[in-house]
Amino acid sequence: MNGEEFVPLSLTPLLIGVFAAVACALPGNFLVLRRQALIGDAISHVVLPGIVVAFLATGMIAAWPMMLGAAGAAVLAVMLIEAIRRLGRIEPGAAMGVVFTSMFAAGVLLLEQSDTSSVHLDVEHALFGNLESLIWLDAIGWSSLLDVEALRGLPVELFRIAITLMVVVVFTVIFWRPLKLSTFDEGFAQTLGIRTGVLGMALVIVAAIAAVAAFDAVGSIIVIAMFICPPAAARLMTNRLEHQIGWSVIFAVASAILGYVLAGYGPLWLGGRDAVSAAGMIATVSGVILAMTALFGPCRTRSGAPQQG
Amino acid sequence: MIADALLLQLGYNATLVAIGATLLGIAAGVTGTFLFLRKRALVSDAISHATLPGVCLAFIIMVALGGDGRNLVGLLAGSAISASIGLLCLGWLTRHTRLAEDAAIGAVLSVFFGLGIVLLTVIQTMGSGRQAGLEGFLLGSTAGMLWADAMVIAVGGAVTLVLILLLRRPMTLVAFDPEYAAARGLPVDRIDLAMMGLVMAVTVVGLKIVGLILIVALLIIPPVTARFWTERSDRVVLLGGVFGGVSGYIGAALSASAPNLPTGPIIVLVGFTLFAASLLLAPNRGVLAAILRHLRFQRLVHLRQGLLALAQGQPIYEPLTLRLLRRAGLARADGVATETGRARAAKALRDEKRWQVVRADQTHEAAAALYDGLRDIETVLTRDQIAEIDSRIPGPQGVPA
Repeated sequence: MNGEEFVPLSLTPLLIGVFAAVACALPGNFLVLRRQALIGDAISHVVLPGIVVAFLATGMIAAWPMMLGAAGAAVLAVMLIEAIRRLGRIEPGAAMGVVFTSMFAAGVLLLEQSDTSSVHLDVEHALFGNLESLIWLDAIGWSSLLDVEALRGLPVELFRIAITLMVVVVFTVIFWRPLKLSTFDEGFAQTLGIRTGVLGMALVIVAAIAAVAAFDAVGSIIVIAMFICPPAAARLMTNRLEHQIGWSVIFAVASAILGYVLAGYGPLWLGGRDAVSAAGMIATVSGVILAMTALFGPCRTRSGAPQQG
Repeated sequence: MIADALLLQLGYNATLVAIGATLLGIAAGVTGTFLFLRKRALVSDAISHATLPGVCLAFIIMVALGGDGRNLVGLLAGSAISASIGLLCLGWLTRHTRLAEDAAIGAVLSVFFGLGIVLLTVIQTMGSGRQAGLEGFLLGSTAGMLWADAMVIAVGGAVTLVLILLLRRPMTLVAFDPEYAAARGLPVDRIDLAMMGLVMAVTVVGLKIVGLILIVALLIIPPVTARFWTERSDRVVLLGGVFGGVSGYIGAALSASAPNLPTGPIIVLVGFTLFAASLLLAPNRGVLAAILRHLRFQRLVHLRQGLLALAQGQPIYEPLTLRLLRRAGLARADGVATETGRARAAKALRDEKRWQVVRADQTHEAAAALYDGLRDIETVLTRDQIAEIDSRIPGPQGVPA
């Protein structure tokens, strides 16, 4: 594989995939430990109505209104789940199921009702994303990385996901101690004066931002997979949160790179002609990694008393 | 137009879809109830997403064998196999690793769905034209439903209902108290598995109408809605079926009445409307009932405290108390008690004194436990007991007898 082919066609999708995977995996660690893993699932479903409403309001496919719409929908969904849980005294899982399926249905209905045939906005795109199309046409080889003119032609999604990744990393570093404390012992964190409710909401919002930015580039299926699979696999590798985060980043990067390469070149090795969906393959690889850790991970079983079934 | 649709006057296909959707809604509502009572509603999400790779693989195999690839029975069989593999993975992950069930659900859901998407892209490159229709399983497509498809759904729904009828007692027991069920000697694991199998059957049957993403809604929303109306599990099951059936019927009819109204989302939104109405209006558990209950309680407390204040000659500053007293004809606008107000106030104060005696007396412990500052003492003690208590209350002091 030489630079002339690799840089324009594969470098940017790879980078976007890796950034998106890591941005989702970082908050995913805390969500998995807090038993809120399915918040990621709910968020990635309600992103669709948010984007459709933003499109209907502005009448154009532009990044910022759509991201705002999606983030708004995510926050609205979290608030609705909480309201239904409290007002109706319903268990959180069922409340979540009611809210995200209804909002997703509303999104599909709006999409069908509005005249979006002229623009690139459909359900399949929202689900699968289109990682392969984010190519860097201005590049001619590795030397382009130093060429200002060519760098200007980088896909805008790359910058957006890079900024999002930075936001996520900064949030995790700044709030590391309170996050860790409130995740493992909420009562203790409260006695120290940490506002756990606000912190929990902030975590969900950061997760939503990561989900929306990643969704924009790679589709919602990768978002759910990256929220859950790398952190869950990392959880089976170690008992320390610091190490778990490290492992989850390694797993996320490995899934993104391996998945992309397998999707692009795997069929060729098997004698096929066309590539398969990179987003789907990345999710599949992360599942394989999780399966390996579940079978062989050093900390895969529960310590202490056995859990009843 | 909508009336026509509701009366099944919109032609053969619309009627077929409406009947199929109704049956599916009933089966999903009834099945989902057990899942909801077991507090595992979101397992259905994993099951439904795990059907996709099976559908795709079945298509690929059927084409490879020289078939058409769009045989509904074959596709549904494939989806059932992959959903059960997903279920087994889910159970294995929760039982044999330290991962919590929600993480396992998310992992199974995303990985199977991702694999399904990979296979979908494989199918897209296989041969031109033949893949049409598989995307329909994502969001459901009822446009080209055939008589045979409707029969598959009807038979599948009926079989599911019969199985539930047979298994309803053990499943209810396991849903409410798995440990007690285990102590009674019931095979809890196997009953759980049967429950999941039924959910899987409903999911597979519903793939064609509402699609795998929204079938979850049919399994969750009707039971949650039904739960607002009753506290008895058998009625939740019945009502869940009714709400599911109604959502399916009205949703299918509405979507047939106008273009661009996809069946699956409309059914879900009808179900959500029923849910929202129940959340607000249901007696006892509804929001409106809770607000009314709160207001009634507030009125009682204010009246009682107002009467006690009147009896002790204290001024009343709280406007709500004053308004309530005035409206009941117990006080004038300036806060002075009327004739009836004085009588009621005196009784309130005397009752309060009686309660004090009751609560200080060990022998009246059971009655004293009922004291909440609002209860009339006559509803708790007999006339003789009250007379005995009155005899213990000392008379006025410092005045000649």
